[in-house]
Amino acid sequence: MILSRNFIKDYIDIDDKKPIEEIARDMVNVGNEYDSCGPLISATSLVIGKVLEVKMHPDSDHLHLCKVDIGSEILDIVCGAPNVREGLKVIVAKDGAVLPGGVIKKGVIRGCASNGMLCSMKELGLDNKFLSKADIEGIAELGEDAVIGEDPIHYLGLDDEVIDFELTANRGDELSMLGLAYELGAIYSLKVKDIDTSYSSVQDENLKFSVDIQSNRCSLYLAKKVKNVKIGESPAFIKNRLIACGIRPINNVVDISNYVMLETGQPLHFYDAACLGDKLIVRDAVDGEKLKTLDGQDRVLSKEDIVIANQDGAIGLAGVMGGFTTEVSEHTTSIIIESAIFDAVSVRKTSKRILRSEASNRFEKGLDPKRTYMAMDRACHLLEKYASGSVCSYSYAYDQTTSLDKVISITCHDINSVLGTDISLNSIVQVFDRLGFVTKIENDTMLVSVPSRRLDISIKEDLIEEVGRIYGINNIQGKLPNLPIKAGSYDKTTRFIRNKMVDLGLNEVLTQIFLPDSVVHQYTTDQFDTVMLLDPLSVEKNALRYSLIPSLMKVYQYNKSRNLNDISIFEMAKGFYLSNHTYGEEYKLAMVMSGEYYVGLNQTKKVDFYIIKGIIEELFHSLGYAGRYRFVMGEFPLEFHPGQSAYIEVSGKRVGIIGKLHPNVVDDDVFVAEISLDKLLQNKTGKNKYKELNKFPSIKKDFAVILDKNILAEDIIKVIKKAGGKKLTDVKVFDVYVGKNIDEDKKSIAFSLTFEDYTKTLTDEEVTLLFEKVIQAVTDKYEAVLRDHD
Amino acid sequence: MERIEELKEKINYDFETVIHLEELNELKVKYLGKKGLISELNTTIKDLPKEEKKNFGQAMNEVKVLFQEKYLSLKAKLEEEKIKEKLESERIDITLPSTKVRRGSKHPMSLAIEEIEDLFVSMGYDVVSGPELESDEYCFERLNLPKGHPARDMQDSFYITKDYLLRTQTSSVQARYMMEKQGKEPIRIIVPGKTYRREDDATHAPQFSQIEGLVIDKKENHVSLADLKGTLEVFARHMLGSNLDLRFRPSYFPFTEPSYEVDVTCFKCHGKGCNLCKQTGWIEVFAAGMVHPNVLRMNGYDPEVWGGFAFGPGWDRITMFRYGIPDIRLMYQNDIRFLQEFDRKDGE
Repeated sequence: MILSRNFIKDYIDIDDKKPIEEIARDMVNVGNEYDSCGPLISATSLVIGKVLEVKMHPDSDHLHLCKVDIGSEILDIVCGAPNVREGLKVIVAKDGAVLPGGVIKKGVIRGCASNGMLCSMKELGLDNKFLSKADIEGIAELGEDAVIGEDPIHYLGLDDEVIDFELTANRGDELSMLGLAYELGAIYSLKVKDIDTSYSSVQDENLKFSVDIQSNRCSLYLAKKVKNVKIGESPAFIKNRLIACGIRPINNVVDISNYVMLETGQPLHFYDAACLGDKLIVRDAVDGEKLKTLDGQDRVLSKEDIVIANQDGAIGLAGVMGGFTTEVSEHTTSIIIESAIFDAVSVRKTSKRILRSEASNRFEKGLDPKRTYMAMDRACHLLEKYASGSVCSYSYAYDQTTSLDKVISITCHDINSVLGTDISLNSIVQVFDRLGFVTKIENDTMLVSVPSRRLDISIKEDLIEEVGRIYGINNIQGKLPNLPIKAGSYDKTTRFIRNKMVDLGLNEVLTQIFLPDSVVHQYTTDQFDTVMLLDPLSVEKNALRYSLIPSLMKVYQYNKSRNLNDISIFEMAKGFYLSNHTYGEEYKLAMVMSGEYYVGLNQTKKVDFYIIKGIIEELFHSLGYAGRYRFVMGEFPLEFHPGQSAYIEVSGKRVGIIGKLHPNVVDDDVFVAEISLDKLLQNKTGKNKYKELNKFPSIKKDFAVILDKNILAEDIIKVIKKAGGKKLTDVKVFDVYVGKNIDEDKKSIAFSLTFEDYTKTLTDEEVTLLFEKVIQAVTDKYEAVLRDHD
Repeated sequence: MERIEELKEKINYDFETVIHLEELNELKVKYLGKKGLISELNTTIKDLPKEEKKNFGQAMNEVKVLFQEKYLSLKAKLEEEKIKEKLESERIDITLPSTKVRRGSKHPMSLAIEEIEDLFVSMGYDVVSGPELESDEYCFERLNLPKGHPARDMQDSFYITKDYLLRTQTSSVQARYMMEKQGKEPIRIIVPGKTYRREDDATHAPQFSQIEGLVIDKKENHVSLADLKGTLEVFARHMLGSNLDLRFRPSYFPFTEPSYEVDVTCFKCHGKGCNLCKQTGWIEVFAAGMVHPNVLRMNGYDPEVWGGFAFGPGWDRITMFRYGIPDIRLMYQNDIRFLQEFDRKDGE
């Protein structure tokens, strides 16, 4: 909604000296945001001039050399406009003038001096929609009454200032000059002036048609006839005010309907009475029904829409736009005025589907029935005054509304306890008074009657907001709540895991959950249905991810394409799925690693399976899952390397996957892992308590065996542990060797064993005996050859 | 006895010539070994006349003591020299580059939220979370956004089905948490989380993040707008700069009444006006207000008994402002060089 300073002067006396910026700021402080603020025409250094002489430029076929009298001097100006001629009153931009298109400077054009510019209306910065072809192509032609040397903007009546407000959805009342005037009145303690709604009516004319309200989504419908209207141009003040508010002037009658809407907030529609027929029906549209709106577009309607119809079909889309067939034209002599209230939600749905208009914007936010009546009378007043109309005495009215002012009871305490203030009863009553709310005091309670224009106010809290707004929220001193002290809590595990991953050298990333549905089932063999968006932004973002790996691979590709090859990244986020008709989400940890990874002082190593496995193990150990997890083989998703991948199990249940990516997916050696944190963290861990240290020394023994290449280390360790018994407290693989001196189908694998006894010092004999038993068990079980032992 | 004198001289001479510890050890063997010079001379005592034996013995003892003293002092000296030599040989160029010990890095969004969580936990708030795929009921209806309200239009939300959508606001967790507490307990929570809206342009991404704050307590504890103001002042000053001012602008949200948009002094120009704050001197950071009685009622809290405030800054915005990140896209691009910039503790 645009506030025009000239326009609002009709309703409230704001000090002319108060800068428009200050008004805008004061409005912001009470909750009215604005987009822009300033003069309607920002061009400077303009003056009215008279063209004294026009000669053709010697060096051009279209430029003219003009002598222009601007009162203080006579300027030589080169002008290219076809309509420049001697005797014409023109708008002159002097040297140094700042126009929307740039700064005007003295100069020489093809050898001839030019000390200014003659301006078109377009060059002043008016939007094309307000201008005729002549306004755009030629210089502005001012009337004979224009006074040389004076300000042309003032002469044109465009010396206005505007604020373009972006109002909140609840303040439909401010979509009118009157509403803005009440708001300013509250800020500056000023009274709002009455609008003239008087007219003299003609007795003898009937409507000559019947009105039938069939839709229950029309709560108020007024109709009245005005005959003998003379279509012509609107007076300048109406045109200029419409332009200031962003509406294109058309003719006096159409302009009046828009003018009244801007004044009161009530959209009106004028029908050409001659085209209407004798029956006017307000009904719900039928699915597939067609209507040509007055912008000439054919619209297909649905039963959600409300239409105005006659015996031949729809003639208007209620709340949105009138129809083409009954439009007011230059031949119109009689009009029917419609001032009505249609259901806000219906209009919103219709306008969203078909077309947003100035009218729909207002219907959507709700209207004050009092204004519906006021707008009708105001339109009659203006039609009589500016279109020579004769207003017929008969008024049609269908009214299901109750427009009683609401009365809300509230106490000082109610207000101060919510605001945290100590505002006196007197000051509060003053605030209500400034807002135009009448207050009656009964004991401690105020009975506040809220005018019907303020549809947004219905409960106590709304009144508290009004007091805060007008009293000045920035006058309230901030403090901290006086509540009992208590311990707060947060999700320590997420933070612990993040810290651990960072300590292990990975960079945390943040990615989007949207993916094309074609990739959602990649990197997993889990059974689930894809979660699809009903109305996606694009096909590339039409589904929600399940695995995080596709998103991380995008990050990988992004960096790779910038020659950043050492990539170790992780993310903790949710994956989404549909399973058994139920939507679900799962919190996951995923990582992608490639290139060099730092493995210790002064060393880096190319990332391999064992590095990423080590990261998972370190994470699991630190979470307290030591000894409870396994890496197992299986059938892997197609994106994984079949021989360098594993499922991760904790307490026998699968929680994730780890592995190298298949060469079909990516050329480089890229390793990934994904763990369901929801599943993992279901495994509870005990408190970390001190365990007694062993007082007795441990003994270490190493051995290496040569055995079949395909035997898994994990299986050998099982055999070792079984043979070693309780005193064997640790088994580690410390070397694996294939190659020279070892048969091709064999490998050498070396173990380090730790023996301990918590009750006594172990003897060499005891340990040797156990050690030999272990070696025997391994060689027996796997036909292994002992290579070395110590 | 002459031989003893000779031996003494020999000892003196030999010690003069020793340079290395090894030579000193050889010297020890040469004199004190089983067949060493001292032992050898000592064996001659048995051939001496009885009266000379005593003097000879004494003299030999002196020789031994002499040797021991010389030996020990020279040994200490040589050992010290050897250590010095070793240390000298180990001298390095301390100006050469260090061995890098590289840690990973947290995403700036995580850095910001950890700091915010710590701040609010210290004030007794619990950090809670909720589902991102949310029902219409919790995302809208229970927050006083009835069907037909403009804010829940299809164009604003990503619906999955008629009743299910990606949450458009972390406020959905307000309703969930209130329902969970069944109108019986006071609430002090913040809810950081991802949110989604159907928009994608220069200033809006379809995925962004919010931090919801909610305080509900018995009316007798007077949780007021002044408390909300104070809380947001602490929040903003903690995260964005201790000398910031806040400006409350009345606004409209269906779930709070009164409602405010809250600006902080532009931290780039300190309020003078610049391109970041569009010449206003203020930057919008929070949406906030007093919990609407309908929201309390609909979620099991009697508005005659309970009251409180809610606030919600954009998590992305706070992070960007905090770290001076000029473009939200940088945060979702995840350039490794960008990520690695955030591998250190913030100054305080």
